[in-house]
Amino acid sequence: MNSAKTVTLATPLTRATEEPYYHVVGDEVEVFAAAAQSRLPVMLKGPTGCGKTRFVEHMAWKLGRPLVTVACHDDLTTADLVGRYLIAGDETLWLDGPLTAAVRAGAICYLDEIVEARKDTTVVIHPLTDSRRALPVEKHGEYLAAHADFMLVISYNPGYQSVLKEMKPSTRQRFVALDFDYPDAALEARIVAHEGGVDEATAQKLVKLGGLTRKLKGAGLDEGAGTRLLVHAAQLIARGMNPVVACTAAIARPLADEPDTRNALDDLIAAVF
Amino acid sequence: MGQRKLFAHEIEERLDQMLLLKLRQRSPKEAATQLEAVPREHQECLLRWVGIAAQSSNELGWLIAVQGAEHAAELGDRLAGLARAGLDGFDRGGLEAARAALADAARVLRKNAIPAPQRVSFADIEARLGCVLQALHGRPLRLAVGARTWTDGETLWLPESLALAPDAGGNRRLYTQLAVMLWAQARFGSFNVDPEPELAQWDDRERALAWYALFEAMRLEARLVDELPGLARDIRALRGPWPEELVAAAADLARPAATAADSLRWVAERRRVGAGETPKFLHVGAMDPVAARRLRAARIARDSATLRRALNILRANDPHSRGGAGDESHPPLAAEGDTVPADLQAGDVQGLPPDAQAAAQSLAQDLDVIPPEILKPAGPGAWQPEERDEGESAVAAVTGKPDAVYDEWDYRRVAWRRDWCHLYETEGPAGEDAWVDEVRSRHAHLIRSIRRRFEALRGEDKAERRQLDGEEIDLDAQVEARADRKSGSEPSPRLFIHRRQIERSLAVMFMVDMSGSTKGWVNDAERESLVLLCEAIEALGDRYAIYGFSGWTRTRCDIYRIKTFDERYDAATRRRIAGIEARDYTRMGVAVRHLSHLLHGQNARHKLLVTLSDGRPDDHGDEYRGRYGIEDTRRALLEAREKGIRSYCVTIDRHGADYLPQLYGPAHYSVIDDAKKLPSKLAEIYRKLTA
Ligand SMILES: Nc1ncnc2c1ncn2[C@@H]1O[C@H](COP(=O)(O)OP(=O)(O)OP(=O)(O)O)[C@@H](O)[C@H]1O
Ligand SMILES: [Mg+2]
Repeated sequence: MNSAKTVTLATPLTRATEEPYYHVVGDEVEVFAAAAQSRLPVMLKGPTGCGKTRFVEHMAWKLGRPLVTVACHDDLTTADLVGRYLIAGDETLWLDGPLTAAVRAGAICYLDEIVEARKDTTVVIHPLTDSRRALPVEKHGEYLAAHADFMLVISYNPGYQSVLKEMKPSTRQRFVALDFDYPDAALEARIVAHEGGVDEATAQKLVKLGGLTRKLKGAGLDEGAGTRLLVHAAQLIARGMNPVVACTAAIARPLADEPDTRNALDDLIAAVF
Repeated sequence: MGQRKLFAHEIEERLDQMLLLKLRQRSPKEAATQLEAVPREHQECLLRWVGIAAQSSNELGWLIAVQGAEHAAELGDRLAGLARAGLDGFDRGGLEAARAALADAARVLRKNAIPAPQRVSFADIEARLGCVLQALHGRPLRLAVGARTWTDGETLWLPESLALAPDAGGNRRLYTQLAVMLWAQARFGSFNVDPEPELAQWDDRERALAWYALFEAMRLEARLVDELPGLARDIRALRGPWPEELVAAAADLARPAATAADSLRWVAERRRVGAGETPKFLHVGAMDPVAARRLRAARIARDSATLRRALNILRANDPHSRGGAGDESHPPLAAEGDTVPADLQAGDVQGLPPDAQAAAQSLAQDLDVIPPEILKPAGPGAWQPEERDEGESAVAAVTGKPDAVYDEWDYRRVAWRRDWCHLYETEGPAGEDAWVDEVRSRHAHLIRSIRRRFEALRGEDKAERRQLDGEEIDLDAQVEARADRKSGSEPSPRLFIHRRQIERSLAVMFMVDMSGSTKGWVNDAERESLVLLCEAIEALGDRYAIYGFSGWTRTRCDIYRIKTFDERYDAATRRRIAGIEARDYTRMGVAVRHLSHLLHGQNARHKLLVTLSDGRPDDHGDEYRGRYGIEDTRRALLEAREKGIRSYCVTIDRHGADYLPQLYGPAHYSVIDDAKKLPSKLAEIYRKLTA
């Protein structure tokens, strides 16, 4: 590219100042830290709302690296990740995308729900995830070798998914994978109590309800309630809302549209509270 | 349903088809005349239940037809309740019990037919309750209408309807309370002690049982306080305070350590103090240890047979085994009795196929240990791989050379049966034009809304950048061109974005179950959903094909072309959809193989096979039934997957389908408990799958 003048504007990268609350469930911290040391990319698999994003935030803090999170969607293009030109007055400026910024500065780049992005975007991460560890920024005429601290993390929900959005083996097999699942009841109750600001007893009931909905997976629900939904309900309860109303609004309604399932969820809420 | 009523002669014909009345010299005239008078919906309802009953016994079907027709006018949409009572009676005690249950139900139902706005019927609440119990239990529990409210630990019998509370909400809650209390019996060990020694000491056994049920209800309610406090509170409010003389018992039974034995202790206490009439509480059902034991015995027999068969096969396949089936030179069985159980206890169960594992688990639950006699190798009754093959070919009249032959997977041998299935492909018969028009006009609204949602999918255009022409300016290109111009080099004229409709590159095969069990509502639902779906997919422009499958043994596997990939959705296709009808059996594996072969030949990036069926694979003779059919179908789906074909199965099954996870893997199926929901559900599934 023979542009007259380019200035690189880095997307500002920030480091967390406070430790993001994360409750360790298994050996995920060790595995992630080891992968970070070995400069291997990581894939987090698991149902929605089970703590993947929170875990990455926590690990970024622990490793002392900045974190760049990109929520992928079907309009996300390569340019959105890598960068683009801007015109400012008479100047042409190059703006690094979040991925390029992370590669340059040695940050953790978290691509949330990567399968949602357009197919061509997965291609740009390939050279970053093998021994090359580099990002070709074609538009900008740059072959960017990754900073030693750069780390790529993607998330992927193998549950209910469109046939058009399966991850190709050639992409999958580049990652160290960590399986995430809902934490066990006692632990989940502690998380819900902490995050939602409710007492242990209420948190336990919420977790109990969550467990019941998870048994409806495939039999009325595509997926049971994740920890996130339970935390939402807890937050409403902490503000003084009646628990039944809170659970209906924060758990039952987001989960189901179908009348029999909706009604059954109402019955379960009434039974638990 | 707004369809015209069936005439008596049409009803006669259908009854005759289902029950083979002519052969048995019975005349359906009277029943048909009675049925002619009621709305089509009720006619179809009864005919459907007769069909279901006929699968167990023609005579039972006939009983239900006669009783149902006689009371059809009065019962209206309670006909299903009558039929269910008959089926349950039959399961309990054969034809005699069915006859009694039908008479009972007819009496009760007629009484209940007096409209009461607060009345909630079992049919209204079944799906909802099933969902609640699935959440509590983790797997489906069978729900049925029964003369009494009770459970044997596997099935919950509930009243046909409830109108005790002054409002519908109250009656719905009462249903939930009854069902959860019954579930709690299984959950908290009501079946773990034998009440007979105590019951035997009573003159009035029924009274003793009523007391036992009451004390157990006290104990279980206390357990529910921890598990489901909200429900426990509702129950407490409903029952009010316990009578003075029972307060001590209630407190004792509320101890966390209390068991069913403690309840029996209180029954004995009642006997000693001279028990009066048992106080009645709405939420307390009945206990029937004798019936429960009978069902338990049947269950044990069934599980034992399954387990035994699996073990025999295991041994037959193991050349080092000393106890191969049919090994006559083998010394007496007793010698093995000591060693084999030891093996099995050591965790060998894990090596067994899933159905045998489940049987072993269920046996262990029923008996605590697996009795050694089950674990001994079977004698002459051992399974013979070829034993059914001759009988089968006698049934199937082979007509000409098959269009294709396919291998079939035999999980017992862990081997293929080569060229086992003979497949015939023919064009589906044409049905009535009027039917399609009627469906399209009846569902006009739904079709419009599905189309709209589907069109939104297509609306996701792909932006092609750097085009010579287009709807939008490509800013990136403009910037570059500007930079190029400044630096003196030739700017590219490709400065526009052109929005092109996304190329979905998707080919979808619909495989429709045309087995005999789909007769009636399921078949209607299948056809209606196909019409709706076609209308919707046309809006998307995806490539799709529809084929029906049925068959009669391995030498007669039929595939019916409804719409090939190249055919358009035109009047002829629509007629063939209308012509989809219930035929014979469900040999699913071969159908999957053939259709995925056709799908494989399609030039599309994504290939999707959607199966539509009403239950597990099955074929004439019991070979394909059960595990064999499930394993073969699963294998066929795996093969399809290897060819890059994804499959999704939609099953219409009122009683949940516990075999589906095994058949399809956890993420790729859904169960629809009500055929009426199929049309809108199927379109929704398709949209989600391909979004
Ligand atoms: N182990 C945990 N420690 C602390 N909080 C947790 C944990 N697991 C879940 N949470 C809570 O659950 C909420 C949802 O988690 P998070 O946003 O990380 O889910 P996710 O797995 O990224 O979901 P999605 O796939 O939908 O993005 C968090 O905000 C947090 O409150
Ligand atoms: Mg997340």
